[in-house]
Amino acid sequence: MAGFPGSSRHRFAPGRLSRRGLLAGLGTAAIGFSLSACGSRDNGAGADSKKLNFYTWDTYIGENTLADFADATGIRVQTSYFATNDEMFAKLKAGNPGYDVIVPSNEFVTRMRQANMLLQLDLAAIPNLKNIAPEFLGRDYDPAPKHSVPYIWLVQGIGYRKDRVNGVPDSWKWLFDSDLYKGRIALTSEAADLIRLGAKYMGQSLNGVDAATAKAVEEMLIRQKPNIKTFHEDNGQELLLAGDVDLVLETNGDIAQIAMEDPGIGFVVPREGSLLNADTLAIPKGAPRPEQAHKFINYLLDAKAGKHILETILYPTPNAAAKALMPESYSSNPIIFPTGPGMNASEWGKFEGAEQARAFEEAITRVRAA
Amino acid sequence: MRDGIDWRMAKTGFLAILGPPLAWFLLFFVVPMAIVWAYSFGTNVGIADIQISGTFANYARVLQPLYLGIIAKSLALAALATLICLVVGFPVALAISFAQPRLKTALLLGVMLPFWTNLLIRTYALIALLRDEGLINQGLVRAFGWAGFEPLPMMNSNFAVLVGLVYVHLPFTVLPLYAALDRLDRSLLEASLDLGAGHLRTIWNIVLPLAAPGIASAVLLTFIPVLGSYLAPDLLGGPDSQMIANVIERQFKRANDWPFGAALAFMLMYLTFLGIALQSVLRRRVREE
Repeated sequence: MAGFPGSSRHRFAPGRLSRRGLLAGLGTAAIGFSLSACGSRDNGAGADSKKLNFYTWDTYIGENTLADFADATGIRVQTSYFATNDEMFAKLKAGNPGYDVIVPSNEFVTRMRQANMLLQLDLAAIPNLKNIAPEFLGRDYDPAPKHSVPYIWLVQGIGYRKDRVNGVPDSWKWLFDSDLYKGRIALTSEAADLIRLGAKYMGQSLNGVDAATAKAVEEMLIRQKPNIKTFHEDNGQELLLAGDVDLVLETNGDIAQIAMEDPGIGFVVPREGSLLNADTLAIPKGAPRPEQAHKFINYLLDAKAGKHILETILYPTPNAAAKALMPESYSSNPIIFPTGPGMNASEWGKFEGAEQARAFEEAITRVRAA
Repeated sequence: MRDGIDWRMAKTGFLAILGPPLAWFLLFFVVPMAIVWAYSFGTNVGIADIQISGTFANYARVLQPLYLGIIAKSLALAALATLICLVVGFPVALAISFAQPRLKTALLLGVMLPFWTNLLIRTYALIALLRDEGLINQGLVRAFGWAGFEPLPMMNSNFAVLVGLVYVHLPFTVLPLYAALDRLDRSLLEASLDLGAGHLRTIWNIVLPLAAPGIASAVLLTFIPVLGSYLAPDLLGGPDSQMIANVIERQFKRANDWPFGAALAFMLMYLTFLGIALQSVLRRRVREE
């Protein structure tokens, strides 16, 4: 459905820019299976009972996490990758082909719950849930929670090149409603993100956007179009890094990655507020090994295992215990963990039905055709 | 009983040869196409299901000015890209067909070489060339920077999309043209030259008419994939560079509206069929004359 904010985000370790972009573009997220280093340990037990199929984003886990997990439990994790939530959803919608643990974004958790595609979690088997900071639990997409646990969170904002903008561009105005940076702006091509953030700029909530507001945002974007260089295909951070644009609508995690390569890059969550999302761990219905799946989820939420994951991927974590173990350069990084009025005004995005998603998509098609 | 060639045997042999590809064609081409065609008359039910309800609502949506406009723009862009491919590709094909045999092999290999690299990687290479701080602009700035040269804004525009489309599809034009030109009866060309026609006039009056079927297939082979391109507009295009294939892709992915996406895709297919039918009618008329 239209533009789930998290639906096709890039994930990568620094220096893997192009490969990641290629992967996503190729649509070959399922680039194959990467067996964990200790895959050959089988302990004589039934091979199948000591196995786990993990379906996730590329470069979204610690370098040695799977090997460490195999050492600790004897369970061999087989990983396959998806590049977008849509792809993962399409694959599971025809029936679970054997995945035990998946990593859907929050709005897809809503969708998959509605379509009855997720197994209810046995939280007693996931004691490490206590490591997750409370503000990330019990959100609308999974209020109990009972079908998902948060793994990484993200907020949309403006990535910018510091020496080419005046001060800090801390309003959506500079992207949506001003010709000050004509020809140096890249917006996302995710329709739902554009419409909802446009509504936020107009002082309304992200959620429950009505037809009149959507129309107003559409008209604003059509007016703004001459000033926009492109609607990026999830490669906004690359455009910014390469100097093609000076302001880009992107997530904090993606901008944090390039800011490490280029200190001239900044990130701000505009003061009107923005869109929060999370990628979560969940077990799809029909998972062959739910018991191992719970073990694996619990392991990923462990403080030390979580620290190792963060050292590799450097994305914002909801895991307070793991964050506490990380060095200052991560835990106080103003891009990974932005603060200020924009963060306070931000909201979690909700999935509000297929009809709305289609309407948003058509509105953006009109903007691009105008 | 099995002496001699029996027609029954021959029939079995015929079936044995035709059977597997026919089964393959039916199973993996006709059946999936039929499913997508059925989707185009379907309705979304809930989040994950499509009900084939026989509705024409999807086609009605396709016929809105919004989508017709995008289709028209895509057709125009595809026609322009095909024309450029033809103008650029014809001399190349002509040169190859007149080259020495060894050079000819090398040149043909050169034409096919891009196919050995993934399309996406080639498109990324174009980005590296065209972007504001890309190779072309860097070179120009180094050469003409003293004269106050400013980098040309080439990326993220319809121009960049056109460059990408022509670059990617040129081999589809050159190869059928070469096949047609290589078969030309050279004595006709010699006769034309002997009788006093210049080279250009010979090409215009002799080569072009004889190569017409090759040109027609080159046009088709280029135009159809160009019309279905979505990578070039996605990666090279600007805010208004969307083509119909991008809209279709979004229906199947983000919008999760497979019935509408199927209707859009089949609309293109109907148009393509119409084009091919028109072409064969025209060709027949030409032959009758």
